[in-house]
Amino acid sequence: MNSPLYLRLIPLLPLCGFLVNGLLGRRLPKWLVTLVALAAPLAAFGLVLNAARVCFGAGITAPVVETCPFPWIAAGALRIDFSFVLDPLSLVMLLVVTGVGFLIHVYSVGYMAHEEGYARYFSYLNLFLFFMTVLVLAGNALLMFVGWEGVGLASYLLIGFYFQKDSAANAGKKAFIVNRIGDFGFLIGIFLLIGNFGTLTFSEIATKLAANPAWQGGVLTTIALCLLLGACGKSAQLPLYIWLPDAMEGPTPVSALIHAATMVTAGVYMIARTHVLFDHAPFALGVVAVVGAATAIFAATIGLAQNDIKRVLAYSTISQLGYMFLGCGVAAYSAAIFHLMTHAFFKALLFLAAGSVIHGLGGEQDLRKMGGLWKKLPITFAVTTVGVIAIAGIYPFAGFFSKDAILYAAFLQGPGGIALWFVGLVTALLTSIYMFRLWYMAFLGKPRTEGVHAHESPWSMLGPLVLLALLSIGGGWVGIERFGAYLKPATGALRMESSIPHLELILSGVAVAVALLGWLVAHIFYSARPEAPARLAGAISPVYKLVANKYYVDEIYGAVIVKPLLAISRFVLGWVVEGAILGGLALLLAGIANFSGAILQRWQSGNLRSYAAWLAAGAAVLLLFVLTPWTTIWPDSMNFILKVAGH
Amino acid sequence: MNSFLSQQVPLSWFLLLSAVLFVLGIVGFLIKRNLITVFMSIELMLNAVNLSFVTFACQWHAVKGQIFVFFVMMVAAAEAAVGLAIIIAIFRVRATLAVDRIDLMKL
Repeated sequence: MNSPLYLRLIPLLPLCGFLVNGLLGRRLPKWLVTLVALAAPLAAFGLVLNAARVCFGAGITAPVVETCPFPWIAAGALRIDFSFVLDPLSLVMLLVVTGVGFLIHVYSVGYMAHEEGYARYFSYLNLFLFFMTVLVLAGNALLMFVGWEGVGLASYLLIGFYFQKDSAANAGKKAFIVNRIGDFGFLIGIFLLIGNFGTLTFSEIATKLAANPAWQGGVLTTIALCLLLGACGKSAQLPLYIWLPDAMEGPTPVSALIHAATMVTAGVYMIARTHVLFDHAPFALGVVAVVGAATAIFAATIGLAQNDIKRVLAYSTISQLGYMFLGCGVAAYSAAIFHLMTHAFFKALLFLAAGSVIHGLGGEQDLRKMGGLWKKLPITFAVTTVGVIAIAGIYPFAGFFSKDAILYAAFLQGPGGIALWFVGLVTALLTSIYMFRLWYMAFLGKPRTEGVHAHESPWSMLGPLVLLALLSIGGGWVGIERFGAYLKPATGALRMESSIPHLELILSGVAVAVALLGWLVAHIFYSARPEAPARLAGAISPVYKLVANKYYVDEIYGAVIVKPLLAISRFVLGWVVEGAILGGLALLLAGIANFSGAILQRWQSGNLRSYAAWLAAGAAVLLLFVLTPWTTIWPDSMNFILKVAGH
Repeated sequence: MNSFLSQQVPLSWFLLLSAVLFVLGIVGFLIKRNLITVFMSIELMLNAVNLSFVTFACQWHAVKGQIFVFFVMMVAAAEAAVGLAIIIAIFRVRATLAVDRIDLMKL
């Protein structure tokens, strides 16, 4: 059925952009490449806005389904369609993906203006948008998986965009391989869904579960944990987060779009989309919450000691994704999606502002070499300030509302929930410290490097920054009550009642106080007494070293997983299987061929007369065979031949 | 003609002559060293076959055999032209026509 919303065009337009720029981009003039690259996401965004206008206008919250008339896979009772579903959840996600996506496309025009591979870059970016919208609109788990893998591919291509650089190529491979581990879980989850539900359509799964409210735990827990593994890979949660910091090797707008605002939130979206499964698997839900909280605080501590501006933001992204998982884990899916949305605004803003700084400084990413940039990059400074305040969660900026909703929802979950809330609160403190640290180190104080002529970025970059800054200020004003009520048909009701009066207000006050405390700490350490950080680092030297080296997780993984794997590959697979077994087999076959060749070689004397002699001898033997009166010599020969022939 | 064949000279004589000529051709092909003699042996074999073709054509009153002979003669003529040309070319290059010394195909 085709709806007048033209849902199928939303992914298809960026796909067209990808095809045009990917196939012809090298030969097209630059302005045309830019036009195609910007028109595709703009048109998709327009379609989404139109859909939003229709849905909001008519108050539609029931899902709008658009299905391809013929099935994609039909095997026995299993039928999988190409179906796109627009409901409040996917609509919010689409608005974020295409809206922020379009702004980042515009920004890229300025950022990538002087780069090699301009058309290649934009074709990948459009490809990403295609797969991401497929992922969001997918009406069943398999179609979602297609989008899921596709965004992984686009991410790989864009991380490794500067493929001449070894570190970029390796970072791309690392992201792809680590994601494979998560995708393995997702795939097993899909198989289990087929086995236990006989369908992959989200709405049918929800119907079947609603019909059996007593069905709890058991295989549902397994399915939910498998899906969680997939989400952990894509959304960079413990223990699979290691690819995201390295992914910063890609161009900065890519970090903003894919590795902060949209793709990495796909895991959160997936959990929200399949939340009925998690609701029936309380244990898995608890695991989600613990993973989220642990990741949040773990990444935040690492973020404190990073000196690369993009890496600080990368760890901050991991930490914020942990918040979203925490929100999902306490069944506050709409709060998680709310934070996803505001995070998309302020984290895209922060990354793009960082890109503006890097652009202005000619590629410098080290915070220690920045400082005093507020004079030279006034607009970038202003929007970064907005972003920092928003992520720190200070009223009335966007981050406050969403982070507060998640912390509040966690607090309501009993004693365990209060522990999670406390972890979240400490994370908020750390977030505030490291973000203001970045702010002080980059923009305030005295310039630490001489001779760098920083310049403000062009308006194609500043325009999106200003728009995102406005969204980072006002994006949360809708409030979690109204947002949750709108998402209710898709993510279930949000339980926000408490017996304690004014609890929400008190918790909000605590959160804001913590954020301001973080600011104060950062002010003391990085502005008032600049010698303090080094002294502190010296005083707690082992701890500092541990954190600055990211808890040696990469090294541990390298020693525990990568090295043994390489050793097994090299010795068991390489020497034993490849060398001895396969190699031996190949040598044996070659030996047989060689040996028989050596014998048969004698016939190939090159002497014409010997060939002719063999020819004549062969003809004579055949003649003899044909002329021999077999039936007289051996009366049963005919029967024998017929029997051999199978009659 | 037909009665002459069937009554006075037996069919087998013609076929025997054909076989003898063919074997002569084979033997000549195999044992002679001179390329031209080898070539002539091939012609001899072709004509031996031609003889059995016309013999059977007469025997069975079938014209196909005679038509076939024309084809064989035509091919033989063409082959003679090409073959002699090759022989001349070989002689110019190698200054010999000994078959066992023309073995460039050998590895």
